[in-house]
Order: sequence, then C-alpha cells, then structure tokens
Amino acid sequence: MKQSKINTNQLRAVLTKQERPEPPNPLYAITTFSWRALLKIKRHPEQLLDVAALPILFLLMFTYLFGGAIAGSSREYLQFILPGILVQTVTQITMYTGMDLNKDIQKGFFDRLRTLPIWLPSSLLGSLLVDSFRYLIASTVMVSFSLLLGFRPQGGVVGVISAIALILVFCFSLSWVWNTLALLMRSEQSLMMLSMMVIFPLTFLSSAFVDPTTMPTFLENVVKYNPVSILVDAVRGLMHGNVELANIGLVFLSSVIIIIIFAPLTLFLYRRRK
Amino acid sequence: MYAIKAKKLKKTYGDFTAVNGIDLTVKKGSIFAFLGPNGAGKTTTIRMLATLIKPDQGEASLFGYDLIKQSKAVRQRISLTGQYASIDEALTGQENLILIARLLGFSVGKAKQRASELLESFGLDDAAKRQVKTYSGGMRRRLDIAASLIVTPELLFLDEPTTGLDPRSRSQVWQVVQALAEAGTTILLTTQYLEEADQLADHIAVINKGRIVAEGTAAQLKSSLGSGVLTLQLANQADLMHARSLLAGNQDIEKITDAKEGELRIKLKQPQIATQLLVELGQAGIKVPEFSLGQPSLDEVFLALTEER
Ligand SMILES: Nc1ncnc2c1ncn2[C@@H]1O[C@H](COP(=O)(O)OP(=O)(O)OP(=O)(O)O)[C@@H](O)[C@H]1O
Ligand SMILES: [Mg+2]
Repeated sequence: MKQSKINTNQLRAVLTKQERPEPPNPLYAITTFSWRALLKIKRHPEQLLDVAALPILFLLMFTYLFGGAIAGSSREYLQFILPGILVQTVTQITMYTGMDLNKDIQKGFFDRLRTLPIWLPSSLLGSLLVDSFRYLIASTVMVSFSLLLGFRPQGGVVGVISAIALILVFCFSLSWVWNTLALLMRSEQSLMMLSMMVIFPLTFLSSAFVDPTTMPTFLENVVKYNPVSILVDAVRGLMHGNVELANIGLVFLSSVIIIIIFAPLTLFLYRRRK
Repeated sequence: MYAIKAKKLKKTYGDFTAVNGIDLTVKKGSIFAFLGPNGAGKTTTIRMLATLIKPDQGEASLFGYDLIKQSKAVRQRISLTGQYASIDEALTGQENLILIARLLGFSVGKAKQRASELLESFGLDDAAKRQVKTYSGGMRRRLDIAASLIVTPELLFLDEPTTGLDPRSRSQVWQVVQALAEAGTTILLTTQYLEEADQLADHIAVINKGRIVAEGTAAQLKSSLGSGVLTLQLANQADLMHARSLLAGNQDIEKITDAKEGELRIKLKQPQIATQLLVELGQAGIKVPEFSLGQPSLDEVFLALTEER
C-alpha cells in the first residue's frame, strides 16, 4: 500500500484560508442530517430488513397461529388484526431512533455536534424524517402483503392512505419518548431494556389484538386510555370506512400531549448533558 | 493578548473532585501543553473550556468572551478534537468531512471542495471513499483533526492527540500541530508524554489530581528539580554502600537514588559541587570508574512532580 503522507505545504495553504461561512439555517441542517441517515441506510441496506421482513413475519404468525382460535377463521381475523399488527409493528420500529442517538453519544460524535453552530433539534429532526420514510416502507410492505392474503379494507384507498398517515403522525410523537430515554441511559443495553419495558406493555395492552370489552374491568380501563389503542381504533375505523372523527381527534391530541411533554424534555437533556 | 484566562475552575462528580481549582493563562498564538498521568483531570478541564460541560465553580474567558455567558461566541472560535475519535464510523472519510462542513454552513459544493483539500493535505485522499471503520488508528486521528479544521479555529483543543499512535503517525500529528501554530492558531493539547510536551509546547502545565503542580517551559521544569544529576558508576557493592553513607548527610545534595546495578544517581543543589564530591570519594578510597553529570531526565521530572505524596 502506498504510504500516506502529510502534505505540509498544502496543509499550510489550507490552514491559512480563513473562510468562515454563516451558520446554516435549520432547514439546511435538517436536510444535511437526513442525508447522513440516508447514507447509513445505503451502507447497511440490511437495516431495512426490520421494516420489510419483520412485519411480514408477524402478519403470517398472527393470522395463522391465532386466527382460528380467536376469530373462528383466519381470513376473518385478518380483517380485524391487520390494523392492530400494523400499528404494533411500526410503533416498535420507532424504538431504533433512540438507539441511533444513544450510539452517537457513546461514540463521541454527539460532542462534535454540540460544538457546531447549529440549531440542535435539527439533528433529531433530520433523522426522524428518514425514520418516517422507514415507517412508510414498513406500512406499505405490510398492507400490500395483507392484500395478497385476503385483506379487504372497506375504507378503500383513501381510508388506507389516511390510516398510514395517522400512524406516521403518532410515530413521530413517540420518537421523542425514545430520544428522551436515549439521553437518560448510559449504555445501549440499558436503553434497549428500558425501551422494551415501555414498548411491550404499550403495544400489547392495547386493542391491537383483542377486543377490550372481553377483558377484566381494570385492564379494560388501562387498555381504553392507552394511546396505542386510540390509534388502533382510528386506524381500524379508517381502513374499514367506519371511523369516528372524534377518534382521529384523540390521536392528534395524544400525539400533541406526548410531544409537549417529551420534546422539551429531550431538548433540555440534550443541552444539559454532562 | 490571551486566548484563555481561567480562574479556580472546579468540577466534582459526586464526592469526587476531578478538577480542583485550576488557574490558567494561555497566550494567543502559543502551544500550551497539559501534562499529567491518567485520571489527572486533563479531559475534564478541556471539556469545561470547550463549553461541553459546565464548571461547578470558577470562571474563564476565551478571547475575552465569558465561557458561560457568551458560550456561543466562544464556540465560534474554538474547535475540539476529543480523546476518542468523534467521527461517524459508518460513513467514509470524505462523507464525514462534508457532513461537518455543511453543518458549519458551507454549501454542498464548497463543502466537497473543502473536504477534498483537507483529505489531500492530511494524506487521506486514497482512503477518502472508504468507511472510517476500516481506518487505522493513525488515519482516524488525522481525520478527526481534519474535521476540527474545516473552519480554521482561533483555538484548537487536542486531547491526547498521539496516545496509541506509532512513531510515524505521531510525528505526522506533530507536523499538523506545528503547521497550525504557524498559521496563527492557539493550541491547547494534553499529553502523557513529556517528550511530546517538550517538542511541541511553549509552555507546559503539569497537572495531577485535579491541580496544577508545576508550570513553565520544559527547561524551567527541569531546573526546578535541582540543577544537576551526578551519576556514579561504582566498582562494587561495598563501595556503593560506603559512598552512600559518606554522602548521606551532605547539605548540598537533594536526593540520592539507586539507579542500575552499581550505580548511584545524586541530585545536586548546584552542579559546581560535583567535582568536590568526587574528590571526597577519592579521599575515602572509593573508586569511581565512571561518572557523568547531567540534567534530570524528563521522566524524573514527571515522576517527581506527580508521585503519590
Ligand atoms: N462523568 C464522570 N463521572 C464520574 N467521574 C468522572 C467523570 N468524568 C471524569 N471523572 C473522573 O475524574 C477524574 C479525571 O478524569 P479525566 O478524564 O479528566 O482524566 P484525564 O486526565 O483526562 O485522564 P486520562 O489520561 O486517563 O484521559 C477521573 O478519576 C475520572 O474517573
Ligand atoms: Mg483524558
């Protein structure tokens, strides 16, 4: 291999250039961070496996494993379960947002960011933008595959598209929860553990898989006020064409509440970090 | 004019005081070295000065801007290359530099141009399109430093820039530091190697257990520890014991240590008395086949200043 050498003369010339541009505007910084996230996907396309293969696996498992037992026939169960699994899978993927941030902190990349003249949230927003794209892929893969399996949404194309849009809105808000946790936990493992402890009750204690009215009263109440249930009900309604507007409103409300709590908390921790 | 003026900087973690009242003045355009063993508080001090953590007590100003109240103005003038590489392993060297350049406000085209200039002058153009995780330690270091120089800073912090590098990579980093100083940038670096501080720095502060225990140029540090060391090579163990007891009460001697087998190192208060000592030994019938008079080695300075007290 050729020996790489420092080119001293050129180095001097490069160092005496005193160009100092104006700090970037937030939009430019956000696009730059999105570019970084896209590069990472390009380098590691296998990362997309979790958004493409995992949903299919879940769908097959639930439909054929539980379908007969819970709803009598798997085809009938698919109509009920698809919105639930879709919500569950996509909300679970949001967890990775926190992992990426945590890795940046552990690896020291974060320290460099903090010395740059950027609007700090732009780094989070930039990766959230690309993450939303991943959620979109996951949703599309899952819906397309379920159509093959016999899913027949009464809400039509419009219903399905608005349902997916609603999921993206909710996931965006949920990402702030992971960012907060990522800033609180020291290691990736502990973050993973904590995230699991949040996501599993959140997605399983919901109306995703079974009708809450079949549950004991205490559990029924927990499930009823779980924001994931609210989302599942709205998505189910949109896809089957019998949605109540109030339900959609509730999804927006819970998203806004989550953002109001966790976005400022994230930014506070982000700035304060020792 | 000063690049850094700090007073009584202090940082505690729980009951543990990592930095315990550090005063510091760094002249503009100089190279200043923090020298200290593991856990001395070098990184903590640098991170405070680079606005990454807040001091618990004390104050500092960089180029006249208050570290806490005007941290934005401070940040615009400084750059930090931390102890551990702060680059994105999954990206290529070129992408890393473009990323940082864009975040500093360069347009996409300008960012590319600046990245390739830097890659070329740091000898990284061959590896520009490879993921950083395939880089050697020396290449990583250079890339990390290059990332800190996209906009030439007025002050650069380098935290242990050469730890773990082989001699060639080390001298490459030294070249960069010197070129940067010539271009007018003030540099504050930390190191565990005296040789490095001696080679590069105009001014050295020895830090131990969160305090500065000595300060000055390399020569000043050496002379502060007695002005000379007389090394005696003795013929046999009996002579050595004899010489030791003979010299034990001498007022002009600061310290006697056993060095190698049959060798005594005598730290003198004044170098002139060396001849007198040799005469004394001769009169007592002790043969000294070989002797030498020299400065204390830098390692001795380091150990003396940072030894457990
Ligand atoms: N976040 C922290 N929490 C608790 N203790 C800390 C923290 N950061 C540093 N310390 C402690 O403060 C002391 C000084 O650490 P620092 O990293 O500044 O030393 P250093 O001189 O840079 O050492 P090294 O040469 O090993 O890098 C160490 O004992 C370290 O354990
Ligand atoms: Mg350190």
